[in-house]
Amino acid sequence: MVKTKSNVIQKDAVVVKFVGDSGDGMQLSGTLFSDTAALEGLDLATFPDYPAEIRAPHNTIAGVSGFQVHVGAKKIETTGDLCDVLVAMNPASLKANLKWAKPGATIIVDENAFDEAALKKSGYTENPLENDSLSGYNLVKAPVTLLTREAVKHLSLDNKSADRSKNMFALGMMYHLFGWGFDHTYEFFGKKFKNKPDVIAANKAVLEAGFNYAETIEALSSVFQVSKAKMEPGRYRNITGNVATAWGFLAASERSGRPLFLGSYPITPATEILIELAKYKSLGAKVFQAEDEIAGICSAIGASYTGSLALTSTSGPGLSLKSEAIGLAVMTELPLVIVNVQRGGPSTGLPTKSEQSDLYQALFGRNGECPVVVIAASSSANCFYYAYMASKIAMEHMTPVILLTDGYLGNGSQLFRIPKVAELPEIKPPIAKPNDPDFKPYRRNPETLARQWALPGTEGLRHRVGGLEKEDIYGNVSTDPLNHQKMVDLREAKVQKIAEFIPEQEITGAKEGDVLVVSWGGTFGPVSEAVEALQKEGKSISHAHFNYIMPLPRNTASVLNGFKKVIVCELNSGQFVNYLKMTHPGHNYRKYNKVQGLPFTVTELVNVFNATLEEK
Amino acid sequence: MNNQPNLTIERSSVELTKEDFVSDQMVKWCPGCGAHAILSSVANVFPKIGYRKENFMFVSGIGCSSRFPYYVNTYGIHGIHGRAAAIASGVKISNPHLSVWVATGDGDSMAIGGNHFIHIIRRNIDVNIMLFNNQIYGLTKGQYSPTTPMGSVTKTSPQGTIEHPFNPGELVLGAQGTFFARVIDAVPRLMTEVMFEAAKHDGTSVVEILQNCVIFADKTHDSVTNKEHRDDRTIVLRNGEPMIFGKDKNKGIRLNGTKLEVVTLGENGITKDDLLVHDAYQHDPGIHLMLAKMSYPHFPVALGVIRSAMYPTYDDMVEEQITYAKAKQKIKTVDDLLNSGETWEIQ
Repeated sequence: MVKTKSNVIQKDAVVVKFVGDSGDGMQLSGTLFSDTAALEGLDLATFPDYPAEIRAPHNTIAGVSGFQVHVGAKKIETTGDLCDVLVAMNPASLKANLKWAKPGATIIVDENAFDEAALKKSGYTENPLENDSLSGYNLVKAPVTLLTREAVKHLSLDNKSADRSKNMFALGMMYHLFGWGFDHTYEFFGKKFKNKPDVIAANKAVLEAGFNYAETIEALSSVFQVSKAKMEPGRYRNITGNVATAWGFLAASERSGRPLFLGSYPITPATEILIELAKYKSLGAKVFQAEDEIAGICSAIGASYTGSLALTSTSGPGLSLKSEAIGLAVMTELPLVIVNVQRGGPSTGLPTKSEQSDLYQALFGRNGECPVVVIAASSSANCFYYAYMASKIAMEHMTPVILLTDGYLGNGSQLFRIPKVAELPEIKPPIAKPNDPDFKPYRRNPETLARQWALPGTEGLRHRVGGLEKEDIYGNVSTDPLNHQKMVDLREAKVQKIAEFIPEQEITGAKEGDVLVVSWGGTFGPVSEAVEALQKEGKSISHAHFNYIMPLPRNTASVLNGFKKVIVCELNSGQFVNYLKMTHPGHNYRKYNKVQGLPFTVTELVNVFNATLEEK
Repeated sequence: MNNQPNLTIERSSVELTKEDFVSDQMVKWCPGCGAHAILSSVANVFPKIGYRKENFMFVSGIGCSSRFPYYVNTYGIHGIHGRAAAIASGVKISNPHLSVWVATGDGDSMAIGGNHFIHIIRRNIDVNIMLFNNQIYGLTKGQYSPTTPMGSVTKTSPQGTIEHPFNPGELVLGAQGTFFARVIDAVPRLMTEVMFEAAKHDGTSVVEILQNCVIFADKTHDSVTNKEHRDDRTIVLRNGEPMIFGKDKNKGIRLNGTKLEVVTLGENGITKDDLLVHDAYQHDPGIHLMLAKMSYPHFPVALGVIRSAMYPTYDDMVEEQITYAKAKQKIKTVDDLLNSGETWEIQ
């Protein structure tokens, strides 16, 4: 692209947010913008933010749909606190999102959308474009609707069809702002609208019109330049957390040789895992959309007994329904992975918002002494790795594993360095051999305390499992008091022993100091950025981010021992900090919690950590 | 009809006997419980079905009936209350080479497990369900169940129940069931015959067993099943045969307009030719539903295979879709998948 005006601003990272009405195509603009950024060599993270309603009333706050993308020349771990550029296609989206724009941010609006009716529906009493309420920003009032119609005039489309391309006008303006080319976007049009040359022509014309408009007007005379990110060499793709989770399971199935079975029931924000796995019958994946959450997990338990890598995916309310069946999997000592893409609770709560408030449920939410492994992914991309590890642990240790992700990780996307399946850790399920004279259903491997997996159809291994207490070794029903004590202890010891097989907990920063920031799961991005910022200022602060929760890494005590104060940050009221207080008492614990359905911002964390550092 | 049971399940190369299916566990049902006869019938019929003994699998929920898997020497899961059908669905889909049997009761499958019961039937997953219907909660000691006759006095209905009971056959057909049969625990010969038919049927088969609970609902089916009057109050349906019953083989069922009617042969010029001929294999469930709903005293209770209609099974279709996808889809390995779509190299 030729840049005629060359007032270039060098940027390390830029946050862009596309917002508009549900039907305005903001998700598509955001996705095309992100893909182009990735192809330009930038690192990035994205998050779609859409209403719980499928088609909320037109032009209302409830109907605002958004897509935030953070691009940069550095490693991008968050989707960004506040945006540098806000593209707002109607008054409601501006009203709902202005608070997320940095002071002085560039705000691009479609001025044609700010008519009386739309202003009224969004709750504006006067037009914000005509008073000085936006004087603190670089406001760009673009006649997007008019110029879009103008650009496609030669194609004889009606206004309604023409208006569908409005999102491309905004995208064209953004491409000018960043100095990027159209190649990838054109390629996308070609594939998406294969047999609709008119639609391709319209989208191209509007994209170019937006670019040219931005080039012409004074307001955008400066452009951003973000240099290529320094990333580990390799092949990359963009991936959402839910897709990464599904693919991690497929990789574990292939590597272990165990066919994949998913029993699941649709629930926001976990449904994409079910949708994604349903696509890969060619990889032998069997996906059973069950009649309810309970049937989802129970079918998986049946599949597990017969030798499948058995999975069930859900979100908080669904995990509640699965509790009794998780107990059955604990008692029968069968491998099973339960994914909980956490959302705001309790009850139906905030289905499309993110939270970490199901930790207690994952750890303790069952009847009886009922230990399960709990693992949490910490980025959209590493959902792949933790789904893989959850499967490996479940099969090798013959135990249910709860994998916690959340709505932000699941729906958000990140660049993902593509691994080779053969290079992933080996998975060796303890499958019993036919006619093994020593086989007993509950005889254990002394190293793992796992029993063997005896698959139906195998000669000489017929046996029964069930929810009644099992006699040690033989697996017959037993109500013997001492046997019960022994089995309770064995099931606990089996899970605790997994600590010997998982990595030690890492610390970012010095191993000793004033403050250790502890976090877990989906908050890694903002917490690590905030700690890094303070470390650069020379503060005595380190960070330990936990992915393995039950059991905790074997060096957890020594990690905590090195610091005067330990501050635990979570998007709940303090569940992990209480778990640490219980398992590792005696430290000077502080906590920072937020339960608003929103992620931490780096800014708020920096303030909190500074206060903690200063506190006597 | 094909007389061989499902051919996708490997057959035993040696002759099996009843002893092959007897487990080493002590059977703990009450003396006189109808479940003993059911257990014995299963041990008798499994060798006749002829599959490898390792390819049988029992799944159950909770209740007296659900202790069943412990007492048969097959692979088995004793599950949780109401969920046997869901567990069995996962078993069969995951490994279609197993002959999967569910032992469940009227509470387990029609109250807490009602949802899974109708959905396994609707999907037509090839699982054989033995429904022990004793019209009472036995293991919790005598509360009414979804099949307890209205007005019955039980521990939780001291003035008599005020609930309309389910007729299991009606529920099965309402859920688009492809196989429904009814037997009496005290008639083992018919029971084994029907279990064999259930095993042969591709799809979900439900065998309702009118079972006696000696402790909490003794003689609940007695007005129908007692030897004294059984022949007059039940009719054993056999495919292709006219519907004749009664001690003297002189009564029959005919279709009068849109309704069934009991007639006496020889009276009013009625002959065998006027009677309905049982067609268990017809797709239309209309007559099957009328037969399943027949109840004493207006009608004899229908026994034997009431419906056995051929429809594709869920588990077969899963395999077909996988075979098709493997042949057609470009993604053959997870590495293919990881590298599919938009990817780029960073040096």
